[in-house]
Amino acid sequence: MHAGIIFLAVIVGSILFHIFTPWWWTDLASNWGAMDATINLTFWIGGGVFVLVCLFMVYCVFKFSYKEGRKVEYKPEDHKLENRLTIATTIGVIALLAPGLVVYNEYINTPKNALQVEVNAWKWGWQYRLPGEDGILGTANVAKISDDNPFGINLDDPNGKDDILIEDDVLHLQIDRPVKILLRSLDVLHNYYVPQFRAKMDAIPGIISYYWFEPNKVGDYEVLCAEYCGVGHYAMRAKVIVETEENYKNWINEQQTFSDLIANREDKKLKTNLIAKNND
Amino acid sequence: MSDEYNQQNTPIQAQSSETMSDSSGAMPKDIDYVRPAEIKEQELYHGHSFITKWVFCQDAKVIGVQYFLTAVFTGVVGLILSWLMRLQLGYPELVPFITAEHYYQFVTMHGMIMVVYFLTALFLGGFGNYLIPLMVGARDMVFPYVNMISFWMFFIAVCVLMASFFVPGGPTGAGWTLYPPQAILPGTPGENMGIVLMLVSLGLFVIGFTMGGLNYIITVLQARTRGMTLMRMPLTIWGIFTATALAMLAFPALLVSAIMMTLDKMLGTSFFMPVIMQAGELLSYDGGSPVLFQHLFWFFGHPEVYIVALPAFGIVSDLISVHSRKNIFGYRMMVWAIVGIGALSFFVWAHHMYVSGMNPWFGFFFATTTLIIAVPTALKVYNWIITLWKANIRMNTVMLFCLGFIITFVNGGITGIFLGNVAVDIPLSDTYFVIAHFHMVMGIAPLMVIMGAVYHWFPLVTGRFLNEKLGKWHFWITFLGAYSIYFPMHYLGFIGVPRRYYEMYDSPYITSATGMNEFITLAALIVGVAQLIFFFNIVVSLKIGKPAGKNPWKANSLEWLTPDVPPAHGNWGEKLPVIYRWPYDFNVPGAKEDYITQTTPPSDVINAEVKKT
Repeated sequence: MHAGIIFLAVIVGSILFHIFTPWWWTDLASNWGAMDATINLTFWIGGGVFVLVCLFMVYCVFKFSYKEGRKVEYKPEDHKLENRLTIATTIGVIALLAPGLVVYNEYINTPKNALQVEVNAWKWGWQYRLPGEDGILGTANVAKISDDNPFGINLDDPNGKDDILIEDDVLHLQIDRPVKILLRSLDVLHNYYVPQFRAKMDAIPGIISYYWFEPNKVGDYEVLCAEYCGVGHYAMRAKVIVETEENYKNWINEQQTFSDLIANREDKKLKTNLIAKNND
Repeated sequence: MSDEYNQQNTPIQAQSSETMSDSSGAMPKDIDYVRPAEIKEQELYHGHSFITKWVFCQDAKVIGVQYFLTAVFTGVVGLILSWLMRLQLGYPELVPFITAEHYYQFVTMHGMIMVVYFLTALFLGGFGNYLIPLMVGARDMVFPYVNMISFWMFFIAVCVLMASFFVPGGPTGAGWTLYPPQAILPGTPGENMGIVLMLVSLGLFVIGFTMGGLNYIITVLQARTRGMTLMRMPLTIWGIFTATALAMLAFPALLVSAIMMTLDKMLGTSFFMPVIMQAGELLSYDGGSPVLFQHLFWFFGHPEVYIVALPAFGIVSDLISVHSRKNIFGYRMMVWAIVGIGALSFFVWAHHMYVSGMNPWFGFFFATTTLIIAVPTALKVYNWIITLWKANIRMNTVMLFCLGFIITFVNGGITGIFLGNVAVDIPLSDTYFVIAHFHMVMGIAPLMVIMGAVYHWFPLVTGRFLNEKLGKWHFWITFLGAYSIYFPMHYLGFIGVPRRYYEMYDSPYITSATGMNEFITLAALIVGVAQLIFFFNIVVSLKIGKPAGKNPWKANSLEWLTPDVPPAHGNWGEKLPVIYRWPYDFNVPGAKEDYITQTTPPSDVINAEVKKT
């Protein structure tokens, strides 16, 4: 009989663990509360099924343990019961799937006013590119990357000239403004993941992937790479700072554009040339 | 085993002509009538030397044991690797030689070994070989020679895999999914010899496995004995048969992706490699697609989950039925569920790729197909527990493992619904929730079945019981230990702890979980050590276990009804058995005993009110 008691303890223990767990969601800091809600729904329905199935099993263990000569039911099939269970399960599955698909539909349809932010990933670091005043990112290509053009921006594309380049792994975002993250990778797969924002997507070399969210809590957040990318994977961290509109504007005004960068580099070249000449 | 073997070592004559005339002479309205045999019996090659009997052996039962032992060896290697990983996660930098490179190599080899070389080989190669001919009433697999080569190909594949531990750079550390481009680029451990040996080993495995798989399928379809209709086969055979069919369709995708990636690595082709800037240098690749590899890999990888799960479903159904002395509830639904799950498993692969950057519209399709699969799977669970209802349950070690399976499988199945539902998957994917889910559902649950099956069939293979007391200790430590490893691990995933992290440093998410990580590591060490009880039990019981005799569990299925225990080469002595019913006639009203074997003709149990045969 003790076997049934231990199984029962496992089920009760699982429920208690779930109720009293100190480990739960990292506080949400984006618009994706709907994802948490779908998960909670799945928890209630799924957890309920788990508990019912296991309790039924334990009941059978207590009630029908071996006794010589016990009368055993002989009923190979019961179509009515089987059909009922099929229908009930189907309803349960639809109840879980339907809200999930609604949320997913939101996830893949970016709002029109979303700020585009290009995340550039490589082994093992991050940098960012934001559109300039035209609101459009210039086209870019991995093959064009050089010291003078760290993002590989297409020089013939006028949209690229005013792009804001952030050669640093700290990204600033404005609170309550939707962001469309456009992911590019120079080498292998990466994934730009902030647990508090819930959203994530892989960066793939050769393709631009995307996702969106709307940060709604001021603060500093750690970015983790969530797609294995080699030995440096675990160290591939970055930072997102969500701040008020004012602070964000101040920050963005300090950043250099692609034209600034080209001008700076040319200045430097001139200077080094001058210094070299002077030394001669 | 060898003593009985010699007595039976006479060539077995073809019996078919005799049996044919035998049954055609009988009255057609006879209640014991069974359709005559349609094909002649095969002649078997009998080994005479030690080498032909035990090494290059053509007897499926010996091949099954060979597969089993080789797979268990790889499993032990996988287990030790998991210990090393857990040590690093629970107690970072405690073991000085576990560097990040090594950690990722352990992760990769642990995953690949456990999924392919351990579980797949064990269920299909091990249980499949041993049980298929016995349970369908055949003398052996239909192509015994090919079957032998199948094992030796597998053996070579394992050798190549193990060799990669000893080459310069060590084994590959690309993660078991081997995603390009990183798998073949510097920055990932073992990016030269390691990955190539892994791909070669997988290729050999697929080749060897195809030989075995064709054997299993054709034996089930062609070599069943008289009266063994498809709908009278034990669910074990249905599970193994369907899983093999899946393997035949899924493994080619793995093979081609392994070949293409080898070409990308060795010849510089660009199947999976786009333009890449590596350490400031432009590589010569152009135009390939890393996502293509993922599609190919998961087209294999998802059916692979069911290649492991379906045999486990089948076996556990039979174990539950025998040890609860009751027919499996809803047999026909169980069969259709197995076949249906198998078919559906080819339409769900991209649920592993919701955040891979594939076309986001795929998410709708694959979430729907994935959740549809939950329906037949749930029905199977219901049928297992309904089988226990008003049964007469022997609470022995075998049954404990079955019950442990139900709990872990339901748990892992439900977390599968989380991950299959695309919106729920997005925050959880690539976190520890995923690790907890798949270990629960395709690690622990199938392991419960394997262990239960070993306790169940050990008397058949060796003629002796395993020790019950040790068995129960083994069960409780393994079950409770494994459950306490993986149940809390889900909550790490909620926190957002990403998987495949060598170290978390002092990230805000993880500091609260340090204690849990230490606890999980300790539990993993204990569960691993507890397997020594199991091995000790097997070794000792081989010598001094309680003799089992014939059909010790009072089961109905054919494997217990051989003239010799353990069954000799050729399985059935002079005459093949004739089948009159399904294998689940337990406690039939009106019958004297609480079981009616498949070979009992209706005239012997004339009072039994059998509803279905």
